[in-house]
Amino acid sequence: MLKIADKKFSSRLLLGTGKYPSFKIQKKAVEVSEAEILTFAVRRMDIFEKSQPNFLEQLDLTRYTLLPNTAGASTAEEAVHIARLAKASGLCDMVKVEIIGCSRSLLPDPVETLRASEMLLEEGFIVLPYTSDDVVLARKLCELGVHAIMPGAAPIGSGRGILNPLNLSFIIEQSNVPVIIDAGVGSPKDAAFAMELGADGVLLNTAVSEAANPVMMAEAMKLAIEAGRLGYKAGRMPVRDYGVASSPTEGLVTN
Amino acid sequence: MEKMIDLNGKSYSVVPEVGTIQQLLEHLGLGDRILIVEKNKEILQKDYYDAPIMDRDQIEIIHFVGGG
Repeated sequence: MLKIADKKFSSRLLLGTGKYPSFKIQKKAVEVSEAEILTFAVRRMDIFEKSQPNFLEQLDLTRYTLLPNTAGASTAEEAVHIARLAKASGLCDMVKVEIIGCSRSLLPDPVETLRASEMLLEEGFIVLPYTSDDVVLARKLCELGVHAIMPGAAPIGSGRGILNPLNLSFIIEQSNVPVIIDAGVGSPKDAAFAMELGADGVLLNTAVSEAANPVMMAEAMKLAIEAGRLGYKAGRMPVRDYGVASSPTEGLVTN
Repeated sequence: MEKMIDLNGKSYSVVPEVGTIQQLLEHLGLGDRILIVEKNKEILQKDYYDAPIMDRDQIEIIHFVGGG
């Protein structure tokens, strides 16, 4: 069970909703993933074009928890504004703080992320900051009282997988709130690896939406996260340098 | 008198029968959509959609889109 603030979730997969080939495929992928938390972005509506169908409006909102992001913000003030807008919808009180500090790598701005998290906590939001894999920054965010910490595996949309497992394991070890690996996951092995490191969940988007078969990949990610979690709980065997026979070395029938 | 407002960054002429935010949303066919309204840079909570629209108001209609 994943517990964020006072909310409980049986799925440890958080799914982004961007860049799917079609709403039909997206709907199926969301369903198959069994994700209960879906991220969204907040944007000005294009009211002068013929109304486009909106994915959110096609969902049974009683089944999902919405996690709006503050993507597009480059300062704490902008992020707070976006979070307030999202909350005014009356549909959510959680927010993914996402403040990009580098337009090329899309890596988060640590200073603004810390500032925004503090401001949003004061306003009573459930705050989930997307952050780098910096261990000290993660600790400072935890000390502020954020409700989960979301370190990136690799740059957003890069699909490079977990670049610094050691840092992530330090973040997981020191954290007193759920750690959700967010961004950079490319394939099921990355998601399983994150869970084997002891992460509480994985947030991904492009790995599913840009897969040749997003629905199948959504299922693969679900299974990988379950397998990784089980493997973590089961406790893996030690890594050794040399071989150790699995068959008895006694009673050999050879000379 | 005809009111001109700034609606999502564009100049927009409000027909006389539209007097409030709620009426504007309905006029635009957005009455049942999931959205958020900002009026003159202030976020309008849903209880305030009966707020009158004044000449030269700046209105933003915002919604959720796909994102990660």
